[in-house]
Amino acid sequence: MTVVDIALARQAIRERARWRSLEIAFWVAAACSYFVFPTHLVLLTQIIISGLFAMSLDLLLGYGGIPSFGHAAFFGLGAYAAGLLAAHGWGEPLSGLLVGGAVAGATGLLFSIVIARVHGAAMLMVTMCVGLLVYEAASRMPWLTGGDTGLQGIDMWPVLGRFEFDLFGKTAFWYAYAIAFALYLAARLYVGSPEGLALEGMRENPVRIASLAISSAKRKMIAFTLSATVAGLAGALLAQTTQIVALETLSFDRSVSTLIMLVVGGLGSLIGGFLGAALFVWLRDILSALNPVYWMFWLGLILIGMMLSARGGLVGAVAILSRRIRAMTGTAT
Amino acid sequence: MLGFVNILVAGIAYGFVLFLMAGGLSITLGLMNFANMAHAAFAMVGGYAAALLIAKVGVPFIPAVIAAAVIAALVGASFERVLFHRFYRAPELEQVLMTIGVVYVAIAAATYLVGPEQIAISVPAWLEGNIRLGVVEINSYRAFLILVGLALLAGVVGLIEHTTFGAKIRAAVANRRMTASCGVDVDRLYAAAFALGSALAGLGGALSVKLVGLDPYFPIKFLTDLLIVVSVGGLGSLGGTFLAAVLFGAVDVVGKYLLPEAGGFILYATALIVLTVRPQGLAGRRQ
Repeated sequence: MTVVDIALARQAIRERARWRSLEIAFWVAAACSYFVFPTHLVLLTQIIISGLFAMSLDLLLGYGGIPSFGHAAFFGLGAYAAGLLAAHGWGEPLSGLLVGGAVAGATGLLFSIVIARVHGAAMLMVTMCVGLLVYEAASRMPWLTGGDTGLQGIDMWPVLGRFEFDLFGKTAFWYAYAIAFALYLAARLYVGSPEGLALEGMRENPVRIASLAISSAKRKMIAFTLSATVAGLAGALLAQTTQIVALETLSFDRSVSTLIMLVVGGLGSLIGGFLGAALFVWLRDILSALNPVYWMFWLGLILIGMMLSARGGLVGAVAILSRRIRAMTGTAT
Repeated sequence: MLGFVNILVAGIAYGFVLFLMAGGLSITLGLMNFANMAHAAFAMVGGYAAALLIAKVGVPFIPAVIAAAVIAALVGASFERVLFHRFYRAPELEQVLMTIGVVYVAIAAATYLVGPEQIAISVPAWLEGNIRLGVVEINSYRAFLILVGLALLAGVVGLIEHTTFGAKIRAAVANRRMTASCGVDVDRLYAAAFALGSALAGLGGALSVKLVGLDPYFPIKFLTDLLIVVSVGGLGSLGGTFLAAVLFGAVDVVGKYLLPEAGGFILYATALIVLTVRPQGLAGRRQ
């Protein structure tokens, strides 16, 4: 009996770790986009970085059910840490990236002690306060952060000592792509590990998880720290590829738009954040060019419409579509 | 010392501005448990209604403010009937995102209809100038706001705590099905409560334009501060909201006066500490 159960469990875990076609499609399409839209590399790099940031929020919200209304705090901290390092004479990209992630992760660990204590609506408010707090701190220290004009004078050395950052953003694109893909693989490992399963179990049934002698507070702290680290890495990527850090990276607005990207893409799938970011950043680029007010209007309408109708975002819509197609062609197994 | 007292009075008056706007949110978010991010958008409706009625139609100040509250209530009630009532039982995150969608549409609509620039409101002569209370000199308009705020606090607390209407709302929030089976039309009740919350938003919006200005980004600018006031005060407690708003105003203005380089930092740090130590807020009823 137990043997069968373990075999079943192993199969379930393997099934969860299976690569779905949507994931493969996204990463292949992202790589191809380099050749299809060679004049839009800056925008494509922005999509990858925003997607990575949305994925960091997915670890927290999609898997842990922990909403954050101030996640830009960690994105911006990573960006400023990496930016300051490069502006003060150390422009090596990979070590700068690690510093960005470490600073955001350490701050995330600190705040996770508070976060683990609260739940429900208070969670939104506490994370929002964290975000506003970090924003205020950065805007009140212009001697360090450059204040409203942003942090300038970031001078990056070549990646791995060989690939110079160029004007067209070719190196920046592949650098961001490689880092984001590596972190995507790492996030997949975390989500499929016992730690990740416990996190999801906590979201589904906290009482039962407690009765299995698993500490919810500890799971939350680990998830929050990891998520903050990935957010910091994404911020550091932005600082290094654009070579400027604006206060906007810390803003409430960025926290909210990332939340929107994630929900539009689909919660709890890791790839959803990237898909949502692609749609969001692309639409924003087109509509804001016409008139910023158009963008606000359509974004609002899309949000209301999405909340009224489909649950599950783009990932959910694709799943429903593929089920229908399979049912029609009769190949459902 | 006298300077400090005057600063403190200005801070408290700013707290009353916040209370006038947050009072309605205390009903929709606090009492009805609806994560209403669009509250400041209804306040903006009130602000524009009052300012335009005075400037374009020539309506006197007080009737214009009352009209603003009525218009905001009608707009709020229509949104509630058409859209929001579908989300009462939805997860919090969906309520948040849907109402943020409403905020974006409201900003776009205001920019399109009224224009992106700041607009001002003209107040009657008897509200200009200062009045002296002993050694403290206070701006008449601020004194007027404090009086309206106190009257509102007494009125709404009385309505929620001491009337059948208030008892029904509290009952419906505690147990919707039980209340419905007692013969209360919960849908209509919620619509009425939402209209009340929006009317207060409109009133607060109209009265605050003079001190904080008005432009299409108003709904986002005040969103975070109003949410902090209501959650620090404690969900479901109007008295708590009042206390938090006055504290917020005082800490904000006095903090910026004593430590200008710290800006809003002290404020958000205080809010974070309060929410960590008491997640249910200063006067919260439930965990």
